[in-house]
Amino acid sequence: MALKKVKGSIDRIFDKNLQDLVRGIRNHKDDEVKAKYISTCIDEIKQELKQENISVKANAVCKLTYLQMLGYDISWAAFNIVEVMSSSKFTYKRMGYLAASQSFHDGTDVIMLTTNQIRKDLNSPNQYDTGVALTGLSCFVTPDLSRDLANDIMTLMSHTKPYIRKKAVLIMYKVFLKYPESLRPAFPRLKEKLDDPDPGVQSAAVNVICELARRNPKNYLSLAPLFFKLMTSSTNNWVLIKIIKLFGALTPLEPRLGKKLIEPLTNLIHSTSAMSLLYECVNTVIAVLISLSTGMPNHSASIQLCVQKLRILIEDSDQNLKYLGLLAMSKILKTHPKSVQSHKDLILQCLDDKDESIRLRALDLLYGMVSKKNLMEIVKKLMLHVDKAEGTTYRDELLTKIIDICSQSNYQYITNFEWYISILVELTRLEGTRHGHLIASQMLDVAVRVKAIRGFAVSQMALLLDSAPLLSGNMQRKGICEVLYAAAWICGEFSEYLEDPVQTLEAMLRPKVSTLPGHIQAVYVQNAAKLFAAVLRNGQQGSQEGAAVQETIQLLTDQLPIFVQSADLEVQERASCFLQLVKYIQKLQQKDVDVGEEVTALFAGELNPVAPKAQKKVPVPEGLDLDAWINDPPSEPESEDEKSKSAFAKEEPQQPRQRHREVDEKELARRREERKQEQANNPFYIKGSTPAPKGYQDTMGVEHIPVVQIDLSVPLKVPGMATSDKYVKIEEERRKRDRAEKGKKKEKKKKREKRSRGDRRNESGPESEEDIRPAQTVDIVTEEMPENALPSDDEDRDPNDPYRALDIDLDKPLAESETLPVRKHRAPDPVKSPAEDGEKPEAPQELKKKSKKEKREKEKKEEKKSKEEKKKKKHRHEAEEDPAGEKEKAPPPAPEMEAVQSPSKSKQEVPPASAPAEDLDFWLSNEPVPSKSQEAVVATSKSTTEEPADPGQGSDIEDAKSSKHKKKKQKKEKEEKEKKKKKQHRVPNQEEEESVQNGTVEEEEDPLPPMSNYCLLAENTYIKMVCDVQGNLQDSSRVVVSVIFENKSSSFLKSMEFNVLDSLNAKLQRPEGAGPHDSLSVPFQLPPGVSNEARFVFSVQSIVMPQKLKGTLTFIVKSDDGSSHEKLDFKLHFTCTSYLTTTPCYSDAYAKLLESADMKGSSARLQGVGLPFQHLLAKICFHHHFSVVEKINSCASLYSRSIQGHHICLLVKYTDQTVTIDAKCDESSLLGNLLDEIKLTFSQS
Amino acid sequence: MIKAILIFNNHGKPRLIRFYQYFAEDMQQQIIRETFHLVSKRDDNVCNFLEGGSLIGGSDYKLIYRHYATLYFVFCVDSSESELGILDLIQVFVETLDKCFENVCELDLIFHMDKVHYILQEVVMGGMVLETNMNEIVAQVDVQNRMEKSEGGLSAAPARAVSAVKNMNLPEIPRNINIGDINIKVPSLSPF
Repeated sequence: MALKKVKGSIDRIFDKNLQDLVRGIRNHKDDEVKAKYISTCIDEIKQELKQENISVKANAVCKLTYLQMLGYDISWAAFNIVEVMSSSKFTYKRMGYLAASQSFHDGTDVIMLTTNQIRKDLNSPNQYDTGVALTGLSCFVTPDLSRDLANDIMTLMSHTKPYIRKKAVLIMYKVFLKYPESLRPAFPRLKEKLDDPDPGVQSAAVNVICELARRNPKNYLSLAPLFFKLMTSSTNNWVLIKIIKLFGALTPLEPRLGKKLIEPLTNLIHSTSAMSLLYECVNTVIAVLISLSTGMPNHSASIQLCVQKLRILIEDSDQNLKYLGLLAMSKILKTHPKSVQSHKDLILQCLDDKDESIRLRALDLLYGMVSKKNLMEIVKKLMLHVDKAEGTTYRDELLTKIIDICSQSNYQYITNFEWYISILVELTRLEGTRHGHLIASQMLDVAVRVKAIRGFAVSQMALLLDSAPLLSGNMQRKGICEVLYAAAWICGEFSEYLEDPVQTLEAMLRPKVSTLPGHIQAVYVQNAAKLFAAVLRNGQQGSQEGAAVQETIQLLTDQLPIFVQSADLEVQERASCFLQLVKYIQKLQQKDVDVGEEVTALFAGELNPVAPKAQKKVPVPEGLDLDAWINDPPSEPESEDEKSKSAFAKEEPQQPRQRHREVDEKELARRREERKQEQANNPFYIKGSTPAPKGYQDTMGVEHIPVVQIDLSVPLKVPGMATSDKYVKIEEERRKRDRAEKGKKKEKKKKREKRSRGDRRNESGPESEEDIRPAQTVDIVTEEMPENALPSDDEDRDPNDPYRALDIDLDKPLAESETLPVRKHRAPDPVKSPAEDGEKPEAPQELKKKSKKEKREKEKKEEKKSKEEKKKKKHRHEAEEDPAGEKEKAPPPAPEMEAVQSPSKSKQEVPPASAPAEDLDFWLSNEPVPSKSQEAVVATSKSTTEEPADPGQGSDIEDAKSSKHKKKKQKKEKEEKEKKKKKQHRVPNQEEEESVQNGTVEEEEDPLPPMSNYCLLAENTYIKMVCDVQGNLQDSSRVVVSVIFENKSSSFLKSMEFNVLDSLNAKLQRPEGAGPHDSLSVPFQLPPGVSNEARFVFSVQSIVMPQKLKGTLTFIVKSDDGSSHEKLDFKLHFTCTSYLTTTPCYSDAYAKLLESADMKGSSARLQGVGLPFQHLLAKICFHHHFSVVEKINSCASLYSRSIQGHHICLLVKYTDQTVTIDAKCDESSLLGNLLDEIKLTFSQS
Repeated sequence: MIKAILIFNNHGKPRLIRFYQYFAEDMQQQIIRETFHLVSKRDDNVCNFLEGGSLIGGSDYKLIYRHYATLYFVFCVDSSESELGILDLIQVFVETLDKCFENVCELDLIFHMDKVHYILQEVVMGGMVLETNMNEIVAQVDVQNRMEKSEGGLSAAPARAVSAVKNMNLPEIPRNINIGDINIKVPSLSPF
């Protein structure tokens, strides 16, 4: 056995390896021989794959990978690839993963088998095993793999080796795409990686977030400050480029961001030497300018800078830079065409470039650079290029561009439509263009919409129909014959303008016409009928014409049979119809019946263009179900497709029902086919627009369409085909003439009234855009819309967009359920998968810390700001605090967090959901540029709801709101749960204690009116709680809360338990051994009507901020009827005052204190205080724990000290019921809060 | 995102293909043919960007390529990548190849397609740029190659000997190698 094995492996030594295979393939030059050689090789490989020796298998797989590159399907070897992947040797493993990454895809079923192998590799101690697995996985990750491995990969994001970290970070993007649920749990860690010490990892994180943000930018707006910081600090050009590109995607959503970006970007533009970075900066500045372009002061300097830099790029000899410069220029063009137009010379120069890409880009630019003045000149230049152009693609591109340029915004720049028609006619001479239909639709469009041009158009079209070359076979194949379609239709429809209808009719009935495509022939026949009607109409006028009519009839009866025999159904049907009509008319004519009127009436009425979306906007009439079957549904499913394809939705309901009932399915299909054909051939289908069918006109409302009748200024008679060049000259002369006339008029005017100074400017200098008067008064008929058109429908995003699933709000805190799936079937290896329980709650916390840190930084910045701004912001903070302080609005983000963080610490603990949005607002409102707009910004950020105009912000608020809402719910549920728990845990009965005391009011100095610091805590029908909070000077971190419980009911209250939800900052001191959630039992019971006081000690850390703690008192009410369990919620308010202790101070020490540099000042003003000064002082001293240092007349200095040793000095002045308080303290926020509290005291009294 | 990386020679023969989005094998070959058709007719002194590969991508995608001696290096990327950045990346990739193969030429790519893949894997992963620092890339590739060598040990030795013997026996070999100036010249470009 062993011998056999050895022998086998020795045999295998002479197997081909990859090099042998390649060499062999190269030696077989002939394709057929080579294919044969490869197929023998594949057979060998199949043999090798059957071997047990893994190295043989790996070698075979390696060769397969090569063959895959040559286009051979290797999916049959998928299982062997998996085998090689699972080899313990790195060499083979790498080979296997490479083959897998080249050949596996979502449909490969063996991928299912790989999950555990990949997990093993991911967790391998060898970083390169992990790396190879990650690389491979990135190519063939499936939704299942993503779900199963997301957690492992997330763990790898914190791997010790940066090599693994960066790969793990990158692959997360693929995981998100395949398994969108993983995005929210993993995002905090991804965000963390932006700060990774390794530049590679950082760059990978930026890469992934940019890729995510590009697809759903609005969810990533809150990261803008973070990226801004990165942008200003990073020196890695790759990272910078990515970030700058990202900002380009974000600015359209948040114009304020753009304003902030302009400056650093401009600096980068000036400083960087890397062209790639420069280019991206310019691009993003352009994006910013576009986003700002509405209603913002113009940033002409920035635009100038961009355009100037781009010019440098375009002038560069490097073709790449030239190309990119033009590309970026076209973006500016959209919003700031003026600044680009000045570089026309440069762009026209690029049209001559040898590089086609560059020429195409330059063409794009031309589109936006035309004006009434230069259109003819530019088009002339383009026509020259058309003649010179070699490749057909480029020439076709030129052709479409010429048409685009001329037809843009409703032919805005065309002053002379005769010129345009002649350009179109010239374009028909192009050989081999694919765009015949485009020219045709332009001809139709212009002829229909510009009434004044119809005469000229008809004469030109008649010439086109007459000219032979368009009919020649060569042209037909290439599609230029499409223009004949337009020519025929125009001649027929506007036959009244035709000089010699008979001649045109002859041209249209030439036998050669029958070689044209069917839909064109159909139009020919139909319009021959129209022409015939015109001939008949003319025939009435005299005997000479009468002869012409006879001749025409003869011509028709001779020629039409050719079309009757046509293979094309449409042509056949129309021709035979028409032929019968002609024969009938002939009979009538022989009886001398005048039929001219009747025949003309067949084609009476005028067509008007209809807006492109008109059909779509016709509302569905009530009671009409478009999805319901009209006929019994046929068995074939294909008819459904047919139905949806129908362009005329209206047509369906109009179909007469009864008649179609019996029609068999074949017939139905045929008719459908016909109808489709007819729609295709219908000349009214112009350029995607859906003009109304003729019948429509008679029904309603067409007369009301304002169509202004305009006559040509000069009647035109064109002997031959016009050339566009002629028009350029004519136009110039005309303009000159116009100018001269104008000048004359003005001179006359001047003579008449000498004070027309204001007009003077206009006389000299080049003519301005407005001065150019169009040759024809252009009557562009506005497109029709149905009467009750629905408002414009926005295109929805493609529902198949894979990135749509990643449109996930990342600012919402994680819910408990949102964790990555952890494999459960086996006990997790503690070393390998530490992420399970510990990490999840940690992540949001870290996120939070960061945001706090940012806030602190901002506070620092804030301090630097001027006083006025400070005030504003303070206002804003108050606004923020208020909701935060309220009971329900500030729950902690996730239930797990509840234990550590309570909502009561207001400022620093704004609810995290709203925090990012507000952070962003705050960050954005830190405008360095003091301007009017800034005030607006501050105002908006103050009351965010007031600005519905700003979509980005609006949605932010919406988000924040909705998430708040959700949290409210979560919170409530949680509370209920806790309550239940408590009930269960309750100790059934306590020893009854007879420690009843009567309520004793604190013995404070009480000089004047009776005052009490006890304020109401909570009250219900059974019990009333009042409390006082006092600091303790001996212990800098303790506050004592004295609560007086008063039994208001007639029942006995017992088993009272007092509990407070701790915050990070303040904690209820519990006896040793008690858990952080345990409640304290109140050491007494209350008989009816009795009150008693209990004291609770709290430890606090920071005292500069007021805060509220939520708490609950539970108790048992024992009455004669029985006992019931009750509870009372309360909010314990720790004011800043409660941290102060009355401390005497001597005046000299006080003076020294005031001089010290640490003390920061602030002041407050109270108006309309009716108290005598004495009482006022007493009130401050009593309620706010101050002591009077000195008092002179209506002026007094007061002093107090906080439990943590902050000194607070007040100077109180009293004049005319107005109290001014100047205060100093070494902790400014404490002081601010204190002053607010003092104000509150007086406003209440 | 990078959608595909293609390396083919002046005759359109693929030397390395790496798609980051699944295409069936015949489609891959069509894409190579189309791309080659688009790229090969362009002069060397025109710009390196190309729009309009109809098979791969669409309007959002661009072909960014460089032509070195006998080889075209083509990257198909979407609009999230910086055009000039990708050009530099191609340069980094080729310089890395040059370092790893010591004066890289087309034959290196032909006979060591797997190694080229391994190097590429250190530069681009799953369609995203992984590393742009050449020294870092070379270091990682070297470590892995050393691992491979140490694993090879005894069992690989006979195979190497055999292939050496095979090489000796083949007289055509020199003819194959002698294709003139095939070395990819790496022009020194302005630093990124």
